[in-house]
Amino acid sequence: MNDSDVVIVGAGHAGAQAAIALRQYGFTGVLTMIGREPEPPYERPPLSKEYFAREKTFERLYIRPPAFWGEKGVDLKLGVEVTAVDPAAKSLTLSDHSTVTYGKLIWAAGGDPRRLSCPGADLAGIHAVRTRADCDQLMGEIDGGVKIIVIVGGGYIGLEAAAVLTKLGCEVTLLEALPRVLARVAGPELSAFYEKEHRDHGVDLRTGAAIEGFVGEGRITGVKMTDGEVIRADAAIVGIGIIPAVGPLLAAGAAGGDGVHVDEFCRTSLPDVYAVGDCAAFACDFASGAFMRVESVQNANDQATCVAKAICGDEKPYRAFPWFWSNQYDLRLQTCGLNVGYDQTVLRGDPATRSFSVVYLKGGKVVALDCVNATKDYVQGRKLVEAAATTSLEQLADAEVPLKELLPVRPR
Amino acid sequence: MLGIEVIARDGSQRRIEAADSLSLMEALRDNGFDELLALCGGCCSCATCHVYVEEGAAELQQAGSEDENDLLDSSDHRRTNSRLSCQVMLGVECDRMVIRIAPAD
Repeated sequence: MNDSDVVIVGAGHAGAQAAIALRQYGFTGVLTMIGREPEPPYERPPLSKEYFAREKTFERLYIRPPAFWGEKGVDLKLGVEVTAVDPAAKSLTLSDHSTVTYGKLIWAAGGDPRRLSCPGADLAGIHAVRTRADCDQLMGEIDGGVKIIVIVGGGYIGLEAAAVLTKLGCEVTLLEALPRVLARVAGPELSAFYEKEHRDHGVDLRTGAAIEGFVGEGRITGVKMTDGEVIRADAAIVGIGIIPAVGPLLAAGAAGGDGVHVDEFCRTSLPDVYAVGDCAAFACDFASGAFMRVESVQNANDQATCVAKAICGDEKPYRAFPWFWSNQYDLRLQTCGLNVGYDQTVLRGDPATRSFSVVYLKGGKVVALDCVNATKDYVQGRKLVEAAATTSLEQLADAEVPLKELLPVRPR
Repeated sequence: MLGIEVIARDGSQRRIEAADSLSLMEALRDNGFDELLALCGGCCSCATCHVYVEEGAAELQQAGSEDENDLLDSSDHRRTNSRLSCQVMLGVECDRMVIRIAPAD
């Protein structure tokens, strides 16, 4: 007999939703959730937004009140992580040397912040923004007088952190190695817009920035660039993506590389082992079947629900529609679809008005939209993506024409 | 504390008590209405916390902002009394309101 009928590894959005949905859909077996952080599941997006800005207390970030898990019969093992998986014995070894056997395993371990390997990367005062502890440490330093902050990485985490820090009165330099911010996730129109916004808010934003290393004695005092310039820094944030936390699974023989590979039912190549969320790579319908990981709350949540339903006897392939958001300053970005492999963009509206959208097309079909302060476009554009609509580019570019009018007429 | 009557998707009705410093979404989440996904955590970026205000002051039954109104339009189940519960800040005027959780989209 197994110690636990289902073991969930990871207590982030995906792990939490897997547990919630299992109980919601009638699973009555023994359920264990293993999380390496000390806190019960909490929302991560506010760590670079409302929590960081101190607009929300930590208690408001709990995905459920702490008592919920016990009431639902979820055995939370917090502050430990899985060090080894034995797929033959269906057994996990934990960092406290205990073992747990499982009937089914849901791997929802997320990822670790990617770190720089340059000289000085281990100095004190260099932070990630992935966990509450990361965030609290940085906030504590700011309370202690840290004011001049260098952010490495112009992705969403770095940009959101820059927006909060400037609001808190810090002097912020943001260094992006590529020629534009958001280069891996958005088109040049969106990058240019956010670069200008951050500069207008006082951020010293530099693209094509080449870092040689961090300088300081024990604690960071600056960032040295390859051209010899040293940018002063009381602290630094490194936001250059995550490395999926799948080591024990891959070591146990699961197929994977950048993430663990899963099929359309979120099953890994190991028997009775599912993977969901940031760490799972799958052939994504919304990217023409390209194999990829999708790092978003939507994906974490919907994959977890998909697996929970399958375990409860309602197995259906994962086909949930991708969407995402990012809040910076008073700008609300809403994204629908995935722009992977786009070959054309259409700008809708004037970025100077701070309300516009970028429509991404591939082979003439609408595949995604980035909408800035343009919720109507987000809501109506989603239908265009779902319909893989082909439409006139002139009308698409005309912000006066509602996107819903561009929907193909459904045959009756 | 405020008293709110909540009708779940299965039609069952239950009274919850909530502090007036929270949003209606947070009160529902903390009281075990797991069918309410509230994926964006309450920042008016999705429409997964959709409810109907069945009984309550007229202003509680109307979307509070253009963004909320636009997001509600994404639901196939929009009605005149639709709200995103994350945008309903609980206050004395919410005491004894009756809300119904909208069907999933």
